[in-house]
Order: sequence, then C-alpha cells, then structure tokens
Amino acid sequence: MTDHTIEDLLSDDEPTETPDDGDARTDGGSVTSPFDVVSQYEETRRDRYRKLYDAYVYAPVSIIWKDWRARIGFTIVAFYLLMGTVGPLLVDEAVVAEGPALAQPFENWAYPLGTDDMGRDLFSQVVNATPEMLKMITSGALFTVIVGTTVGGIAGYKGGTADTVLSSITDVFINIPAFPLVMVLALLLPIGGNPWVIGILLCVASWGGLARAIRSQVLTLRQEPFIEAARAIGVPTPKIVFKEIIPHLMPFVVINLTNAARRVIFEAAALYYLGILPFENLNWGVTLNLAYTAGAHYRPQALHWFIVPMVAIVFISIGLILLGQSLDRVFNPRVRARHEKTTEATEDPEEGDGTNTDVVGGL
Amino acid sequence: MATIDWRIRRLAQTVFTVWAVTTLSFVLVRLMPGNPMGAMVRQLEQQGVDPVRARQLVELRLTIDPNEPIPIAYVDYIVNVLSGNLGQSVYYAEPVTQILAQAMPWTLFVLSWSLFISFFIGIVAGALMAYWEGGKFDVGLTSWAILMGSIPYYVLAFLLLIFLAYRLNWFPTSGRAPTGVPAGFNWPFIKGIVHHATLPVLSMLVASGVASLGMRGNSIRVLGSDYLRVARLRGLSDTTISTQYIARNAVLPMYTSFLISIGEMFGGSVVLEQVFQYRGLGYYLLAATYQRDYPLMMGGFVLITVAVVLALLIADLTYGLVDPRAGGQNSDSY
Repeated sequence: MTDHTIEDLLSDDEPTETPDDGDARTDGGSVTSPFDVVSQYEETRRDRYRKLYDAYVYAPVSIIWKDWRARIGFTIVAFYLLMGTVGPLLVDEAVVAEGPALAQPFENWAYPLGTDDMGRDLFSQVVNATPEMLKMITSGALFTVIVGTTVGGIAGYKGGTADTVLSSITDVFINIPAFPLVMVLALLLPIGGNPWVIGILLCVASWGGLARAIRSQVLTLRQEPFIEAARAIGVPTPKIVFKEIIPHLMPFVVINLTNAARRVIFEAAALYYLGILPFENLNWGVTLNLAYTAGAHYRPQALHWFIVPMVAIVFISIGLILLGQSLDRVFNPRVRARHEKTTEATEDPEEGDGTNTDVVGGL
Repeated sequence: MATIDWRIRRLAQTVFTVWAVTTLSFVLVRLMPGNPMGAMVRQLEQQGVDPVRARQLVELRLTIDPNEPIPIAYVDYIVNVLSGNLGQSVYYAEPVTQILAQAMPWTLFVLSWSLFISFFIGIVAGALMAYWEGGKFDVGLTSWAILMGSIPYYVLAFLLLIFLAYRLNWFPTSGRAPTGVPAGFNWPFIKGIVHHATLPVLSMLVASGVASLGMRGNSIRVLGSDYLRVARLRGLSDTTISTQYIARNAVLPMYTSFLISIGEMFGGSVVLEQVFQYRGLGYYLLAATYQRDYPLMMGGFVLITVAVVLALLIADLTYGLVDPRAGGQNSDSY
C-alpha cells in the first residue's frame, strides 16, 4: 500500500485516478492497516446536512406543529414580527390632529382603535412602536441567554477558583432586586434612546437565575461518559463546552429566551410608563404614561387610550408564554415520560422524538 | 470549601452582596462622568451658595465629602452606610433613614400579604390541576394561569383601579391609610389600612398564575413516581398519600420560585405604589428619581436591596426546617 491509497480513501468525493494501479483503489477489503477503512459506506456532505436538518429542524418543527399552544404562540409572535418589520411601511406615523380628539375605537377605519386627546391614531402608535420594542426584546433576551449560559457553563465546567468567583458574582446578581437597579442605572448612566442598549440595560441583573441553573446542569453533564471521553482524547476545553455541553442545554436555553423576552417587555413598558427612560417616539409604555397623566383612568371616554397599549403588551406575552410552554413540552423528558402512559398523547410527540434521538445517535 | 458550614458561607455571601451594592452606589454617585455629586455642587454654586458651604452641604446630604480623595471618601461612605446614616434628603429635608423607616412597614405589609396569598392560591390551584390532569378543570385553569402570567402586575393594577375604585367606588383610589382616623390599634384604622391595601395586594396575585403552573408540573411528576405506586400497593389511605407523599414533595421545589418572587415583588412595588399613590418604599424611591433627590434615591436603592438580601437569607436559613433532606444544605441543592 502506498500513501496514494490513503489519499484516495480520504478524498471520498472525487477520487483522482491514475489508470495503472486501479486494483489498489478498488477494494476496501484488502487493506492491511485497520486505520485505512473507518466506515462501511461513506457519508457525503449532503447526507450529513440532511441528518442535521432532520434532527434540528424537521423533527422539532413537526412536533411543535402538532401542539395547539405552539401553533397559537407561533402565530402571535409571527404577527408581531410582521408588525415590526412590514407594519411601519404600511401604517403612517401618528401625527397630531389627524382625527378628532378621543375618537372611540371601531368607529372609523381611518383610526380603527380610536385616537388620543391630541387626535393621534392609536393603532398607528402601537404599530410604529413595535420595531423599537422588538429591538429591545432581541438584544435583552440575547444578552441574558449569552451571559447566563457562558458564566454558568464556565463555572460548572471549570470548577475550582473560576467556579467560586463566578458563582459569587452570580449570587450577587440573583440577590439584587432587578427593577430598582435598572431604574437607578437608567437615570444615572448616559444611555440615550438606543433600543439595543436599553434592552441590555433592562437585563443587566436578570441573568443570574439562568447562570445558576446552567451551572448545576453542567455539573451533572460533565460526569457523563461522552464528556469524559472527549476530555480523555484531549479535545480543548472551549470546544467541549461549546460543542458538547451547550447543545445539550439548548432546550433549556430556548425556553429562557422567551422568558427573558417577556421580562424585557414588562420592564420596558413599566420604565417608559414611569417616565424614567428617555424617549423620542411614542411607544406602548409612553402611551400608558400619557394616558395616565391625562387622567384616562377616571375619564370613561378616554378609557380606550389606556386599554390599547395594555392589550398590545398582554397579547405578545401570551404568545411568548405559549411558545415557551410548548417548547418545554417538546424538550422536557419528564413531561414526555409522564405522557407515555396515557393513550391520547402517545401518538405524536414520542414518534417525532424517536426520529430525533435516532438521528442524533446515528451521527 | 465543603468543610466550611454552608450557613457561614451563606452569611458571607450576604455580606458580600450588601458590600457590592453599596460600592456600586458609591461608584455611580462619585465616579461616573456627569455624576450627581458634581451636579449637586455646581447647582448649589449657581444658586449663589459659597463654594465651601456648598461642599459642606453636599457632604451632609450624600455623606460623601467632595474634598477628600476617593479612597478615603469611599471608606467614610461605607462606614456611614453601615452605621445607618444614608444622608439627608434634599426635597424632604429630613434624614433619608427616617423617611424610609416610616415607609418600610407599609411596603412589607402589602408585599407579605401578596406573597402568601398568591402562593397559597397557586399551590392549591396547581394541585387540583394536577389531580384532574387533562380534564376540563385542568384545561380551563391552565388557560387562566397562562393569561395571568401574561398580564404584568401593573396592567392588572390599572384595571382594578379603573373598575373597582373609580367606576364602582368599592375601594379608595389612592393613599395608604384613611384620613381623619387616628393612627393606632383601633378597628376603624385597621379596617382602613386593609381597605387601602386590598387593590395593591390583588394586583400582585398575577404571580399565582406562574406559581400554579409550577405546582402543577411538580405534582404531575410526583404522581408518576414509583414510590407512590408502592404507597398505594401498601394500602395507605388516600389522605395520607395526598398530604404526606404528594403535597409535601411537590411543594418543596416551589420554595425556589418563592424566593425569586420576593425580589421581583420588591422591585414591582415601585410601579405599584406609583399607580395607587401608596406611600411605601417604592413610592419614595420614585419620588426621589423625579426630584433628582440623589441621597434619597441611592438610600432607597441600598435599603430595598438590603431588605431583599435579608429576606432571602432568612428564607434560606430556615429551609432546612422545611425539608429534612436538605440537612446541611440550602435551597441551592434543588
């Protein structure tokens, strides 16, 4: 056997052929070294992608689609995403005196949700506030999840001094009540009106719980045989953490992503309502603030001014909760185990998950 | 590490947190660009106050001496805070400690009731949902819980304020105690306090939604466990099984979410007390932010944090009494 053979075996897609030693290449059975042939049949790149697609895209989506909660949740969230992206293009920005002051909702199609006391269209206020809200939600949720997972993952995996230091920091953040801290920071730091920065600020103290949970999960995971094996063959630590451990925590992380998103909405609206965050444009919280200052809570004819932003806030959180719950059902083995015994639930989730685990095992 | 008693470690962690928050407040007030201390000095000087006198005033109010180098000012500040001197409010012209001390019981009153009632409702509802899992009651209550979880407490507060206070006049719209009734241990006063606190407490009940979902999950998990089957095979009575075997094991994990709720509710008190104009801790914290009354604001922030940290410490130290398995461990082990 020459080095030529090994080269051929490695380049599985396009074997370069030299006419003379065809026999050396043709049969894999006559190899002399056990390292020459690894698998009975080659896996092309496309096969691999298809398996990955099956495991991470197709199976979860088909499981989710069979759950009514997930369907509603996805629809609501998608609706808000559309409102945030396409909405502002279709709906004009609210301007003063485009309609009569305090027009009631569902009476005129020019302002379907009514107007405020300066005659600004409330529907347009809601729609045009969405992009900014979505930016805050995205940056805040990503910040929580990234910091929480990184800190918790390193603390749990490294142990020793790193764990002591990181856990102490985590505990401090768990103990501090988030809202007053955010309030004080919002007032004293020069943050301006950038929604991405505001999103991060709102979550600056709320990653502690996630970090602690991730740490304890990593502590369990690192005892698993496959992690020990990876360590034994000398895979570098960052690679083990990010390629082996974090993927196992993904379901948990995804659920926390929706919770963090909900928290951002609640806190942002509250801070805008209190008038602590600086603002240029109207948004749900600012509308609440204006309505309250104008006494909409005791003026029956202004009630809709108060209700519209509230509905906008509650509706998207319903969507996020349903989404988080259905993801929990998909990923939570305890819920699955319980439902294995009942007859009605056995049909879909188990089936879908069967393929999921099989494919992962096959990889 | 493991040899040190966890109680001592927990105590050290509490001290560390309080220290971290105090330091943070010092950094924010003294070191940040455009910090409040400089702003206060400048403002006083603009009002024509003699520069020396202005600095003395600022030191009195913030308990940070602008003339001293940072390390010394820092040590002084920490000593002041530890001895309970949080400075003097600019707006109310009273010591911060005094203002906050009279506001504190009101906030604690509302929050403790909210916590206990919402967790009681949550646990009972969750247990019933698990018991009738999949039935109409379960579906109905689960939807209700999801809805409760999606409503921020302040939105519920607005709705209660609009409909129960302004429309139906069942409850007072603002304030914390009846006017014209002498404060003290008499029936009209106590009745008045409860009357004023009802709506704030009800607004916080949204927490029961999330709690009931957690309880439902725990109970379902316990219901599926092997030892329960064994208990049934042994012929134990249903009462024994439901109280000793199911309820106890399902309630214990709720402790962690109970702890988290303490911090969240304290934070929430800021918005809630603004909505109902209920003069507690959060109300003064917010009033201070509006007035740019930095001593009161930082004092309120430090005090709220210390209150939460102490509440968590007490809860953690008593956890061993609730869960015998924890023996020498705290709620972290969950």
